[in-house]
Amino acid sequence: MKLTGAEILCESLTKLGVQHIFGYPGGAILPVYDALGKSKLHHILVRHEQGATHMADGYARATGGVGVAMATSGPGATNMVTGIATAMLDSSPVVCITGQVSSKLLGSDAFQEIDITGITMPITKHNVVVSRAEDIARTVREAFIIANSGRPGPVLVDITKDAQQASCEFDWDAAAPKLPQKRVRDNHDQAEFDRAVEMLNTAKRPVILAGRGIILSGAMRAFEQFVRTCNIPVAMTLLGIGCFPASDPMNLGMMGMHGEAWVNHAIQESDLLIAVGMRFDDRVTGDLRTYAKSARKIHIEIDRAEINKNVQVDAALIGDARETLEKLIPHIANPERGPWLAHIKELKGDSAVRDIQSLPDNGHLYAAHVINDLWKETCGEAIVVTDVGQHQMWEAQYYHHNQPRTLITSGGLGTMGFALPAAIGAKFAKPDSEVWVVVGDGGFQMTMCELATIVQEKINIKIAIINNGFLGMVRQWQEFFYDKRYVATPLVAPDFAALANAFGIRGERITSRADVLPTIRSARESSQTVLIDFRVEQEDSVYPMVPAGASLHEMIRRPGTPLVETASEP
Amino acid sequence: MSKEDNMQTLVAYVENKPGVLNRVSSLARRLAINIDSLTVGPTENPEIARMTIVAHTDEKGGHRLEASLEKLVDVLLAENISERALLERDLALIKVLADQQSRPHLMELIKVFRARVVDVAPESLIIEISGTVDKIDGLLEVLRPFGVLEMARSGRISMTRGGDLLRPPEPKPAPPQTLVTR
Repeated sequence: MKLTGAEILCESLTKLGVQHIFGYPGGAILPVYDALGKSKLHHILVRHEQGATHMADGYARATGGVGVAMATSGPGATNMVTGIATAMLDSSPVVCITGQVSSKLLGSDAFQEIDITGITMPITKHNVVVSRAEDIARTVREAFIIANSGRPGPVLVDITKDAQQASCEFDWDAAAPKLPQKRVRDNHDQAEFDRAVEMLNTAKRPVILAGRGIILSGAMRAFEQFVRTCNIPVAMTLLGIGCFPASDPMNLGMMGMHGEAWVNHAIQESDLLIAVGMRFDDRVTGDLRTYAKSARKIHIEIDRAEINKNVQVDAALIGDARETLEKLIPHIANPERGPWLAHIKELKGDSAVRDIQSLPDNGHLYAAHVINDLWKETCGEAIVVTDVGQHQMWEAQYYHHNQPRTLITSGGLGTMGFALPAAIGAKFAKPDSEVWVVVGDGGFQMTMCELATIVQEKINIKIAIINNGFLGMVRQWQEFFYDKRYVATPLVAPDFAALANAFGIRGERITSRADVLPTIRSARESSQTVLIDFRVEQEDSVYPMVPAGASLHEMIRRPGTPLVETASEP
Repeated sequence: MSKEDNMQTLVAYVENKPGVLNRVSSLARRLAINIDSLTVGPTENPEIARMTIVAHTDEKGGHRLEASLEKLVDVLLAENISERALLERDLALIKVLADQQSRPHLMELIKVFRARVVDVAPESLIIEISGTVDKIDGLLEVLRPFGVLEMARSGRISMTRGGDLLRPPEPKPAPPQTLVTR
C-alpha cells in the first residue's frame, strides 16, 4: 500500500497505541495535519507549543506510557524547548514530532527553518532528522522504544516537509526498529551485591531514600515488600512521592530542602542510606561535605552515570529497581529496629508542635490549610498537578499521596507554568480521575492561555490558585537571605475568577478558611472545570528550610509562636 | 600510558554516521570536561567508527564520561582505559627551517628520534614522527631553535596491550525490540 510520509506517521502512531497528540499546526507540518484529519488520532490544539510538551509530559507521568507532542518548524519547535528539558530532567517518556523545511532547503535559513536537533541535543535522550518517507515508520518506532526504555526521556523526531509529502510503500513489518547494537553490560557484581546485603543486615540506623525510579520501574510492590522485610523507614524525594503510601507508618515523608525536620535529622544521624531510583540532587543532600557523614551508602540505580556523581557510595547495584529489590529481598534478615524507630518518633513529636496545622486559627488563610483541606476532601485520591514554588512544597508536605503517579510536578528543572498544561495531559490520560491543579499566581500567569484549550476540549479539571501576590519562593529567599529586599517579586495579577469567566469557566475567589471546604466541595460536584482563586497570606514561608549549600540538619524552622496577627476573624 | 594526572583516555565505538561526533563533543561540553584530543577513524566494519578520547578530568570525571557516552544511542561501547596497559601513538608532521649549515645537525637529531624526513625543500624540511606524546614533544623541543614553521598533529590513538581486547559488539540477530509499556 502506497502512503504519503504524513499518512505513514499517523498510521505508525496509531499502531503504537497513541490516542492523543498535543500540538499546534504550521507550514512545515501541514501535510501531517492533513493526514491527522483523516485518522482516528485525537489532536488537542494547544495555545502555545510549550503547553503541548507539558501536556505530553503530564500524560506520560500519569500513565507511564509515551506522551506525544507536535509542532511546526522554527518557532513552533523552539517553543517546545522548555517542555523537552522538563521531561529530560525528570526522565519522562515524551516523543516530540516537529515539521522541518524541505530537505533541499536545509541549511539555507529558509522561512521558519531552525536546527532544532542541534538545539535539543543536550536536552533530549535522542533526536533525529528524517528526510525520507521510507524512514518515518522505523524512526518513530525507534523513538518510542528509546523514550520509554532504561531511564526514560524525551525523543525528538524532526521530519522534513518533503518526507511528509513523498509517497512510498508502507510495510509495518519491514519497518522494524533497527537500533544500534550496543554492548550489553553485565552489571551484576556479586561482591558488590554481597557487600550491600552485609550492610543491610548489620545497620543499626538505616534509612531508605526512595525516588522516582521506583515508580518508573513499576517496583511499588517489590519496594513495599523490601521495606517490610528489612524494616527500614523510608524518606522520599519530591518525585518519589506516591511510590510508597504516605499513610504507612514506615513512611517518614519528603526529605531535602523543604523536607520535614525529622526526615532530614534521621538521614543525618543514619549509619546506612539505601538510595533507590534517586540521584542525590543538591536539593535533597544540602552540603555534600556534611551529608550523612556516618552513613554507608547503597545506591540502586539504572543509570551508571549517576553512580558516585554527587555522593560516593559503598555499594552500587546497577539495574532496574524492581529486579534489584526482588534479588535483594531473600537475603535480608528482619532485624529489630525498635530504638531507631523510637528515636525518629521522638524527632517527629518535636516537629508536630511547630506544624502550621497545630497553630490556633487566627482567621488568616494559609496555603497549607487550603492544601490540607483539599487533601481531606479528596481523600488523598486526586491526581494533583503542581507548579513550582512555595505551593509545590506545601502540596508535598500536606497532601498525602498513597498512590504512584498521583503527584505530577516538575522537580529537576523546576519549570514554572508546568501545572496547567501538564494537568490537561494527565486528564486525557486518566479521564476518570479527579485532576487538581495547584498553582501559584506567578506560574499560572505563564501558561494560563491553556484555559482556552480546556474549554475547546470540554474537559473537567479543577484549578486551585494559591494566590499570595508574590513570586512566593523567591520572596522567601529575599526575606531570609537578602534582608527582605523584595525586588521584582511583588506581582500584579488579573482577577482570576473574572478571567476564568471570560474563558467561559466558572471562577471563585476565597479569602477565608471557612469558605475553603464548601468551595472545594461545590467545585468537585461540578462536571465542568472550576477555577478557585485562594487569596492566601502574602508573606508566609515554607518551613523547614535548608538554605542552599547548608548542611541538611541546619534547617530554618517555623517560629514556634502563632504567626503575627494582622486581622481578626471575618 | 596516559598516567598523567587529570588525564583520562577513553575508547569508544560509535555508529559511523553524520552527527555522532557532535553528540560526543556536545556531551563532553555539557559535563564541563575539556577534551585534549579526539581522533575518529573507521574500523574494519565501515558502519562503525572508533574514537580515542583524551580528556582533562580526574578518574571520577572519566567514569562519568564513559557512562554518559554509553547512554548515547549511537555509541555502541565506551571504555575508560586509563588504568590499563596501553599503547599510545600520536603522529606529527613538522616543517622546520633548514639551510646548508643547520641541515646536518637536523639530520642527526632526526636519527636519534627515529623520525623521518618526508619532504625536502631548499629552505626547509618536513619531518614525520610517530610515537608517544612525550617523544613528539621532545623532538619539538629540540627543533624549536632551528625555527619550526608549521606543525600538524593527528591526536592520540590508543589500544590496550596483548590479549586485552576492546572490540565492537558482535552483530547478532536483532533481539525482539518491543515497545516497553509499564
